[in-house]
Amino acid sequence: MKTTEEIFTILKNNFGDAILELVTSQPVEHFIKVNPIEINKVCLFLRENEELLFDSLMNLSGVDDANGQKSADEDGTQIISGGTLSVFYHLESTKLRHKLTLKVSTNREKPEVASVESTWRHADWHEREAYDLLGIIFLNHPDLRRILMPYDWDAGYPLRKDYKNPEFYQGMKVPY
Amino acid sequence: MSSLLDKQFNDENIVITKVDDLLNWARLSSLWQVSFGLACCAIEMMATSASHYDFDRFGVIPRPSPRQSDVIIISGTVTLKMATRIKRLYEQMPDPKYVISMGSCSNCGGPYWEHGYHVLKGVDRVIPVDVYVPGCPPRPEALLEGLLKLQEKIRNESLVKKS
Amino acid sequence: MSITIEKNKSERKPGLRTEEMVLNMGPQHPSTHGVLRLELELEGEIITNAIPHIGYLHRCFEKHAEAMNYSQVIPYTDRMDYLASMYNEFGYAIAVEKLLGIQVPERVEYIRVIMGELQRIASHLVALGTYAVDIGAFTPFLFCFRDREKILSLFEQTCGARLLYNYIWVGGLSHDLHPDFVNQTNEFIKYFRPKIKELNDLLTKNKIFIDRTANVGVLPLDVAINYGISGPNLRGSGFKWDIRKDDPYSVYNKFDFDIPVGEGLMGKVGDCWDRYYVRILEMEESLKIIEQAVNNLPEGDVTSAIPKRIKPPVGQVYSRVENPRGELGYFIISDGSINPFRVKVKGPSFVHLGVLNEILKGHMIADVIAILGSIDIVLGEVDR
Repeated sequence: MKTTEEIFTILKNNFGDAILELVTSQPVEHFIKVNPIEINKVCLFLRENEELLFDSLMNLSGVDDANGQKSADEDGTQIISGGTLSVFYHLESTKLRHKLTLKVSTNREKPEVASVESTWRHADWHEREAYDLLGIIFLNHPDLRRILMPYDWDAGYPLRKDYKNPEFYQGMKVPY
Repeated sequence: MSSLLDKQFNDENIVITKVDDLLNWARLSSLWQVSFGLACCAIEMMATSASHYDFDRFGVIPRPSPRQSDVIIISGTVTLKMATRIKRLYEQMPDPKYVISMGSCSNCGGPYWEHGYHVLKGVDRVIPVDVYVPGCPPRPEALLEGLLKLQEKIRNESLVKKS
Repeated sequence: MSITIEKNKSERKPGLRTEEMVLNMGPQHPSTHGVLRLELELEGEIITNAIPHIGYLHRCFEKHAEAMNYSQVIPYTDRMDYLASMYNEFGYAIAVEKLLGIQVPERVEYIRVIMGELQRIASHLVALGTYAVDIGAFTPFLFCFRDREKILSLFEQTCGARLLYNYIWVGGLSHDLHPDFVNQTNEFIKYFRPKIKELNDLLTKNKIFIDRTANVGVLPLDVAINYGISGPNLRGSGFKWDIRKDDPYSVYNKFDFDIPVGEGLMGKVGDCWDRYYVRILEMEESLKIIEQAVNNLPEGDVTSAIPKRIKPPVGQVYSRVENPRGELGYFIISDGSINPFRVKVKGPSFVHLGVLNEILKGHMIADVIAILGSIDIVLGEVDR
């Protein structure tokens, strides 16, 4: 069983600059920030390393940080430009019984994160969901399509904080 | 109200009634529903057809195919992705066909009316509805009441007069 | 079901023309347990590929959670896994309490556990009953729903609702148990124990049922872990893993109960029958927990710890509970305001549906129903 601090040291020794920082300022949960393009290598290492053995991905969630420039267009809708989108990975080792949280942040205009689908098949649908609802592109994902919204949905990504619902979809009125 | 069996004559094998009454009686006594559940309300619909509430005694039997059914119970939230499929299901049913909208979601969007970007606010935006059953979810008794209301509606139908 | 013949692959066997067929199953299908659509690629009767299409019940939970304050989210959590509403509230309440850093009175914890376990039994009864209908046995469905009504009546007397309760609040409960609850629950336990045996005699050891489910849809353990499978499906594959024991929350560490695992009694470990049987055994374990909890119920005020205004500090938490289907996780980010900044739900059904293609390959069409029923999904939670 290892703490987040110990795992951070191991990762820092192996990956150097790809591991950005250890965040311990917040209550309840500490996490390690990782470079979004290197996350697949880090995850594979976490799964294979004998001291860590993170064989299970508990959860993968995309987040719109909404930390960019906020402005309003003519009809009062909020528009956010710049800033970041993030992905959180919650890992667990069923053998060694320790847990870990990783975070990657990518810029909002070109949100690209390496896919961890080949490490945990579990990530497949979670990544598709993050793509569907937030528009985060997972590089090297084998089947990155919309999953919850209709395949022909073209009004954007609903969970972004500046999302605006369309008036009509296929002739059906959407707002109340 | 005069119904079919009130007008029995002395000869026991003859019953005289109006065509309308006979047809309506036949229709309302065996309403076959499309076996089709959407969301939470579908569980209450299942409970209604199970042992405790026994939907069968009103002649309601689930049929897996829309082409053999008379009534469709929209039991739950209709999303935009599902709405087109529901319309098609409805169009596949033979006339006369009836729709019961069960629960707040299919009545008007229910708790998802404001922020539900993918929820159709009321199934009556795509298909016509005969009976609305309110509740989130409606109790089985409420669904039974809705069915009785539908039977009442059918009882007053006429081949010639449009009601 | 509609049938479309897609492309002609005549190069397989010389002289014999074979065609690959694509069979569309759902979203309106009596055995998909809701609005799931499966695209099955077939070679004759054998499935070569199965693609689930979901989202027909996507009700935007996560968007709603961002627009509501912390206590308003609870009714929406009810509507995700509508067969296990109590447990959804339970999980959400625990997550927010962790974020707030508050302790709830012991009586509240006990009542939560009782409600959660009653809900587990009710949920398993629906799962088993509808599974029997899918396989072709109608009577167990009626038996299961008859017993489920008893649990629903207990819930109804406590909180006024049959299906969606809004009973477990952050920091407490909406109201205390009614005075006769302990009595009635004890009566229910006495009533229900023999019913499990009845169900076993009726269905579990039925020859036709065993033929339809044993050795069908085997899920190997390493695949299951890699796909993130949890709950009865993981235990059916023979792994003794239950968050109630392995990462205890609430007061589960005070009770004595077992974790049943699949042993391959009728076939290989991890087949449909094993997954089914784990659920039957789990109902007995739940009865044990309820019995211990209801007879040692501490006194106290259930509403005293409910915060007047829920405003957690900036931070994040991932908290998970063992709901009837598996690991239900809530990932909540707080930005210090009264609304959550982001709530992501890891629903077990969503994860379990992902493994379907892996299990289905190489099986016959008729087995789709047996396998789909045995992994027990609730579409409300798949799509959220």
